[in-house]
Order: sequence, then C-alpha cells, then structure tokens
Amino acid sequence: MTDALPRAATDGLRANGEGGLLEIRDLVKHFPIKSGVIIDREIGRVRAVDGVSLAVKEGETLGLVGESGSGKSTLCRTVLQLTPPTSGSVRFEGQELVGRSAQSMRPLRREMQMIFQDPYASLNPRQRVGQIIGTPLRIHGLASGEGLKRQVNELLERVGLGPEHYNRFPHEFSGGQRQRIGIARALALRPKLIIADEPVSALDVSIQAQIINLLEDLQREFKLTYVFVAHDLGVIRHVSDRIAVMYLGKIVEVGPAEEVYANPIHPYTLSLLSALPIPDPRANAEREQIVLEGDIPSPANPPAACRFHTRCPYATEICSEEEPALLDYGHGHWAACHHPLHREHPEAVSEALPGLSREPA
Amino acid sequence: MSLLEVHDLRVHFQTDDGIVKAVDGVSFSVDRGQTLGIVGESGSGKSVANLTILGLTRSPITSISGRILFEGRDLLDASPDEMQHIRGEEIAMIFQDPLTSLHPFHKIGKQLTEAILVHKDVSTEEASARAIELLRLVGIPDAEGRLKAYPHEFSGGMRQRVMIAMALVNDPKILIADEPTTALDVTIQAQILRLIQRLQDQLGMAVILITHDLGVVADIAEYINVMYAGRIVEAGTLDQIFYDPQHPYTWGLLGSIARPDRPRAQRLSQIQGQPPSLLAPPQGCHFRPRCPYEFNKCPEIPELEARSGDPQHRDRCWLSPERKRTLRVVEGEQIGLEVPAA
Repeated sequence: MTDALPRAATDGLRANGEGGLLEIRDLVKHFPIKSGVIIDREIGRVRAVDGVSLAVKEGETLGLVGESGSGKSTLCRTVLQLTPPTSGSVRFEGQELVGRSAQSMRPLRREMQMIFQDPYASLNPRQRVGQIIGTPLRIHGLASGEGLKRQVNELLERVGLGPEHYNRFPHEFSGGQRQRIGIARALALRPKLIIADEPVSALDVSIQAQIINLLEDLQREFKLTYVFVAHDLGVIRHVSDRIAVMYLGKIVEVGPAEEVYANPIHPYTLSLLSALPIPDPRANAEREQIVLEGDIPSPANPPAACRFHTRCPYATEICSEEEPALLDYGHGHWAACHHPLHREHPEAVSEALPGLSREPA
Repeated sequence: MSLLEVHDLRVHFQTDDGIVKAVDGVSFSVDRGQTLGIVGESGSGKSVANLTILGLTRSPITSISGRILFEGRDLLDASPDEMQHIRGEEIAMIFQDPLTSLHPFHKIGKQLTEAILVHKDVSTEEASARAIELLRLVGIPDAEGRLKAYPHEFSGGMRQRVMIAMALVNDPKILIADEPTTALDVTIQAQILRLIQRLQDQLGMAVILITHDLGVVADIAEYINVMYAGRIVEAGTLDQIFYDPQHPYTWGLLGSIARPDRPRAQRLSQIQGQPPSLLAPPQGCHFRPRCPYEFNKCPEIPELEARSGDPQHRDRCWLSPERKRTLRVVEGEQIGLEVPAA
C-alpha cells in the first residue's frame, strides 16, 4: 500500500472535524519460529496479527473481541510499540509511531496507557502502592515530593481506594482492589487513550461490575478513549460504542456495538454470540444455537483464504480459494466474508478505514 | 432417599492466622440422573465442599463435621481405601485446568488404561479397547491413533474431553465437574457443555456442576445452590433462582451480569465491597456488610429454610417474602440490586 492513500483519507477526516485519535493501517506482527543450535533458522512464523486496519475515534470505546490465539493482545502491544510491528503503520493524533526510537516515543507514552488482565502479575510485589502509582509521574518529571504524594492520594481516592492504602504492598489487596491500583497507575499521566487488555476477566462477577462502572465513570470525567479487549461478549457490548471481532490475526467484522449484536454479518460473529450462555433459562431454550465444530486452528499455520472456512457452516469453494476483503456494508459496519448473513455484497469498495467511513450519501 | 445427601457439612482449616471456615454448615442432596448447579464466587466454599465429598480435604489441619450420605452410607466414616474405591467407581470429578490434571510425561492411552486397570480386573487389551471406546464416546476424532499422543498435543477443549473420558472409566453414578469450561473459549465451552449433557442422557449419571457463571448453569442445571462465604444462601429450581430469587446476594449476582440479549443498561447493578475474610466472617448473615437491606435481625444466623411458600425453594434471608418482592430491583426483565449513582 502506498503512503499517499492513507494520508489522504486521514486528512479528509480532520478537515471534517472528526478526529481519528488512533489509526492503524495494515499492521502486521509475525513471530519467527526458530530452530537450530548454533545458527538459528527460521522454520515458520506465527502470524499473530496479519494485516489489521482500524481507527479509533476520540472519546469512544472500541471493543475488541476474539478467542485465544486471535491476536487481540498482540495487537494491543504492537499498537503501543511495546513490541515492534513487522510492518504497517500506527498513527496517534496523526503522528507515526512505528519506527520511533524509545526516546522519541517517551513523550507519546504519556498519552497512551495500558491496563493489564492479571492484577497479580502486573504490579511489582516489592513496591508499595504509593510508589507504583507515583513512578510514572516521577519518570516523566511531572511531580515530586509532597506534590507527588498529594497527586497519588487523589488518584487513589478517584479509583475508590484511600490514603490509608498508600504504604501497603500489592499482596495485601484483593483482585478487584489490585485492578483499581492498576487503573490509578494508568490514569496518573492523564492519558488520552487507555488500552485495557481483559481488565475484568480475572475478577469475580460482582467485582467485575464495580470495575466496569468505575472505568465508565473515569471515561466521562477525563474524556478518555478506550480500546477494551475482552472475550466476554456481554461485557464488551456493555462498554463499547463500536466492536471489532478478530479471528486468527484478522479483523472479520467491525461495526457499531448494537448493530453487530443485532445483525451480525460474519458467521463467526454469529457463532460467538450464539455460543455465549445467557443467564436466562427460558431465553436460552428459545434461541437457536450454532455449536461450532472443531478447534481454533494454529496461527502458525492458518487456513488459506478465509481463515474461518474450516469451521464455518456456510463455507463453499470460494472460501478456501480467495481471501474475502473487509468491505463496507454501510453505517460503519464492515465485514470480511464471501457469504454475508442476510445481506448482499456491497458493490463499491470503500477506501476509508473501518470506523472512519462517512455515511453513505 | 437421595443418591447423595450432605447434612450440615463443616470444613474448617487450622492455619497460622486462625481457623478458616471454608464450609460452614452446608446441606444439599442430589438424586439419580439429576443436574445440580452450584454457583458461587472465589472463596464461597463450592470447591472445598465437593472435594470433601471425595475425601480429598482430609489432613491433620482439617476438621470436618456433618454427614455425607452416599446411597445411605456416610463417606466421612469411610477408610482411605474405601474412599479410593468410591472415587472413580462411584463418584468421579473433573477439574478446571485439564493440562495440570493430566500427567505431562505419559501418553493419553497409558493414563486411560491405567485408570481402568486400577479399578477393574481386565487384560491390557481389554483396557485399551475400553479406552478407545471412551475416547469415541467423548467425541475425539481418530480415537485409536490419539492413544499414542501426549497431553500437550491436544488443544484445551480436547484435553477436557480426555479428562471426561477418564472420569467415565468406571461408569460413575455422580460426575462432579468443577468449573469444567472456565479455561475454555466460548465456542469450545458450548461444545463441552453439550457433551456433558449428552453423556448424562446416555449414561444416566447425576452431575454436580460447580461454576461462577450463571449463564453456564442456566444452560444445563435443574436445581441450583447459590453459595456465599461458606454457606448456601439460596437453593431452588432453575426457574425459582432466575425468575423469583429470594436472597439479595442472588439479586446482586444476577444484576451484575452484562446481558448481551437485553437492551444495554446505563450502569450495571453492582454488589458493593468485598467478600468477607473466612477467618473472621461477620456474625449472623455473612452477606450482611454488603447488603443494602440489612436490619436489626441480621446479626442472627438465618437458617436455610423454605420462606417463600414452596418447600423446594429455600434461602437464608430474614426479610419477609413480600418485602423481598418490593425490594429487588427489576430493570427491564433483569433482577438486580440498586444501581449505584455515577
């Protein structure tokens, strides 16, 4: 892909006053599989993220759903340049992130923070809470001494903890409280974008609701933009304005949350929705479930053409021969499928990024 | 008489910090062919109660009281040898993580035939024929070839199928499944739940399904026990628990789920605070400190009794049934606690 096209698309947007805070184009992350004792030979590649284009608008929550091995976590880390991408482009407020040195990346890191899944592994067990939350402020030279302590206490209070927790260690907290500490740390630098990688998956249901409500309050208060990764489709719908569904390193469907849930285009989305057990026995008995056969193929050796064709109940010959493009079905709803559910193939191929396409005239 | 009857089971662990009351007066029963769902969050005692049924919590630091009657016989009086026989032949259990439950160095075939040979007086050939039959039963393709595979060569879903095959070796009367699908993806979870249901229809065993996910029990259980901090706080049929729940904790659990099939709520109803420490649980009702409807009767322990009229529907809450009906919040068709303000 040439450089000219993406720039044209994004420039047009900014002229419209509609900001794409984060723009991802053709992002690829392959991990080499190596073998050999003295000389490493590359014998294969894990195609964790394999050509993802996506935009995130300012102030929205983009939900990213997919099963294990779909590449959601790798996508998050690659976007934040925590792991360098193999190819592709990531722009944050129009600035290219790919290929930056660690030093020139640093001021941008203030704007982009991450919340991790495991509240046990993502907090240093030897540091006190005050230190954990204060470190980002200190590193970026934003506060020191008494000012630092005051800011940390404000953050603690904002996430539902108190000044009495300042000198405690992470092991003294429950899972939900630890996740609050992780959120306070992410919030310390007043970022614009927070990428939350399965922030509630490790928590009990009653605590999950507390954390989700907290994240929503913070979004309103600090005008945050979220990329929210989860495998729980109920949680994802509750928090998201738009949803992107990933399967084996590719985006198979993107669209407004309600639209994707009510009228999914891709059979994979439909099967994910129908596999989700609903806590309502009567509704469960009424709905028709598609139980997918087989396992998720390995991303080291993904099926050719449409990656879902090995498990898809609607697959035909073309699915194993030609890779379906991610097409615009109108109203910001995109999908990559040869057999879209209840819809005709769109005629014109739009060039804008999913999520940034203008409404059809 | 029920197949399994648990009466006032208490399992207390003596630790350096004090006595952990993991299970604190639990009673329930399971009939032949029935599916009982036990729902609770971490630390509710759901796993410890079931491990105790199998005699797996016996140790010098554990004190166990109550009765566990299996076909009329008290398992708490059984010797370790007798328990060895009960485990596997009468009651089998599968766990959350199939990778740590299988031996990584041995082939699947060896692990399966060993389980058969320990309990049955058959030749190796007969045992391996039975192993192949079991792998077919749980839906593993190329069963014969897969006998020679190691656990790491299977996917998570396939490993759970192997675990189920192993549990079925001796046609147990009860299968205890402790969070069998928690480590699996949703599409694979649906496969495993279907499999458990099919096997139950085919083999007529009772199933105790332990889970934190109300969606999972809604799919397959007939009766449900809701556990909180070592006690059953509510027990009833599937419909009673989902459509006429009596305990505020059950309301909170139901309300805190983000339901994909309902119009999106502005805010999730949540349960405030944390579950209590089992070293020093609150006096009386254990849910009291988190309950928005606590009143002066709550420091007294409410027994698990039929309070709403139907003898099958029991709960541990002092509020009157009429009060409960007015207090529980119904948002759309979803029951919950009060929704907190932003």
